[in-house]
Amino acid sequence: MIKNKQKNKNIASEVFYHSMMLPGMVFVLLFNIIPMFGIIMAFEDYKPGKGFLGSKFVGLKHYKYLFQIPDGFNIFRNTLVIAVGKILLGTLMAIIFSILLNEIRHAWLKKSVQTIVYLPHFLSWVILATAIKNLFRLDGFVNAILGTGINFLGSNSFFQPLLIGSDVWKEFGYNSVVYLAALTAIDPGLHEAAKIDGANWWERVFHVTLPGMRSVIILMFAMNLGGILNAGFDQVYNLYTTPVYETGDIIDTYVYRAGITAMQYSFATAIGLMKSVIAFVLMMIANGLAKRYTDSKIF
Amino acid sequence: MNRKKVISKSGYALIYIIVILLGLCCLLPLWYIVAISFSKASAVEGNMVSFIPIGFNTVAYEEILTDKQYWRSFGISIMRVVLAILFNTVLTVSMAYPLTKNKQQFKGRDIYMNILIFAMLFNGGMIPTFLAIKKYHLLNTIWALVLPGAVPIFNVILLMNFFLGIPKSLEEAAVLDGANPMQVLLRVYLPCSVPVLATVSLFSIVGSWNDFYSGLIYITRIQNYPLMTYIQSLTINMEEIVKHGTADDIMRAAKVSEQNLNAAKIVVSVVPLMLIYPFLQKYFITGIVIGSVKE
Repeated sequence: MIKNKQKNKNIASEVFYHSMMLPGMVFVLLFNIIPMFGIIMAFEDYKPGKGFLGSKFVGLKHYKYLFQIPDGFNIFRNTLVIAVGKILLGTLMAIIFSILLNEIRHAWLKKSVQTIVYLPHFLSWVILATAIKNLFRLDGFVNAILGTGINFLGSNSFFQPLLIGSDVWKEFGYNSVVYLAALTAIDPGLHEAAKIDGANWWERVFHVTLPGMRSVIILMFAMNLGGILNAGFDQVYNLYTTPVYETGDIIDTYVYRAGITAMQYSFATAIGLMKSVIAFVLMMIANGLAKRYTDSKIF
Repeated sequence: MNRKKVISKSGYALIYIIVILLGLCCLLPLWYIVAISFSKASAVEGNMVSFIPIGFNTVAYEEILTDKQYWRSFGISIMRVVLAILFNTVLTVSMAYPLTKNKQQFKGRDIYMNILIFAMLFNGGMIPTFLAIKKYHLLNTIWALVLPGAVPIFNVILLMNFFLGIPKSLEEAAVLDGANPMQVLLRVYLPCSVPVLATVSLFSIVGSWNDFYSGLIYITRIQNYPLMTYIQSLTINMEEIVKHGTADDIMRAAKVSEQNLNAAKIVVSVVPLMLIYPFLQKYFITGIVIGSVKE
């Protein structure tokens, strides 16, 4: 009798759990899972009028085409160069900033600086791009200060550095938060011991501070690895112009133009699929690395 | 302590200077937009404004007040933020809780979990998602801005991990007192999770307020644009409009040269974010820490 009651209660709980999952799963099904079936377009000449089943199957045609045109190589190279540049410089800058900030002894100053450097992270690229375009245009503030006439936004030699630099600028403050947390977790006794042994500031940074941040740095790199094909659609879209497509066009912007603007649905899907697959593999690797070298996992 | 021995006074001064410069470096580009918005149009055109407004006036702001499209887009953005928080919070909580149960208590738990992780790591891509939303007849509606992101899977997993960290004894005590799963969730788990929920909600406010991408892809009529997409459309490349645009587009683009007006539009669009910024600052540090270093 009691056993039966317990059993009924368990069934009631399970029904309740399923019903709680249901609404969310419907959204996941509609907006994540069902679109995945659209991937079949990548291997067809999809015509909206004919649908997925009626359109002609063309196998790897779109991939063959992609690797024949110069754009195909360009967008992958640009994506990687821009993303790797952002990750390396961004991480370096965030670590340096967190170490410097940690030395500030005036609490009010530390707090004000933090308030300011976190700010750009919370603003949209739509807004930041306006400021950057104004500051970096031919007759803008930066050229006036440097006394140069560099067309940062329209030159293929300056556009990538501009993208990387402005992204580092936007994110370094925010990214420093994790490192700052790691810094404050380092046992002060280690610093004291190093001081007694006669270590100067630099030696302590390299032998105490950085080793203490090791696992956080590895974890952050692992997380970034998964996003290495995300060179930043929002940023590039808001800053690039036709003359810098050669160095500034990334996978996402290319897919946008091919798919939404030019309505080459199949071709755009094919490129997008390639990106999704590579990103998926990278994220699995990243998670594996994080599990192996740190105590945490990403998902 | 004995810091002076390890780091010289000039070394300290240098650190202070670098940190202050980095701070200024983050502030000045933003301040520049503010300066433009309060300057005379002619001074802006003549490129005379740097970081101090020239010919201080509020004409641009007065003009915004009468700009119907601006406020329509502003309203759409407010609306989508409210809907996003509502959907995100309810769905995150309701999905995170059953996922804390083990396989014995909740058969199928692992299947749900695997589907969610897969959906988080893999996606159909821009075009298939666009076509699906088109098929659902959601293009040009506010739902196209809200529903695709209704389940923030990463947050579901985050909250699930947080729930798992709450001592089991609390739940057991509640169950002994006769609480059903719903009551356990509402009376035990939720009260413990206020900071996490605040964090993810604040992030979802910022995310949907700043998002211009969905508007760009799923909305084709300017009167349905959310604010960031609308602002973005003001700064589109003039060349392309002249080449491909209608007379109407060219008229609209001609206004792009009204830089101080656009600057003012940007400044006003940031006001809501500034209002929640103090709360963000209070919570996002916890947010990052739980988000990146989980067990």
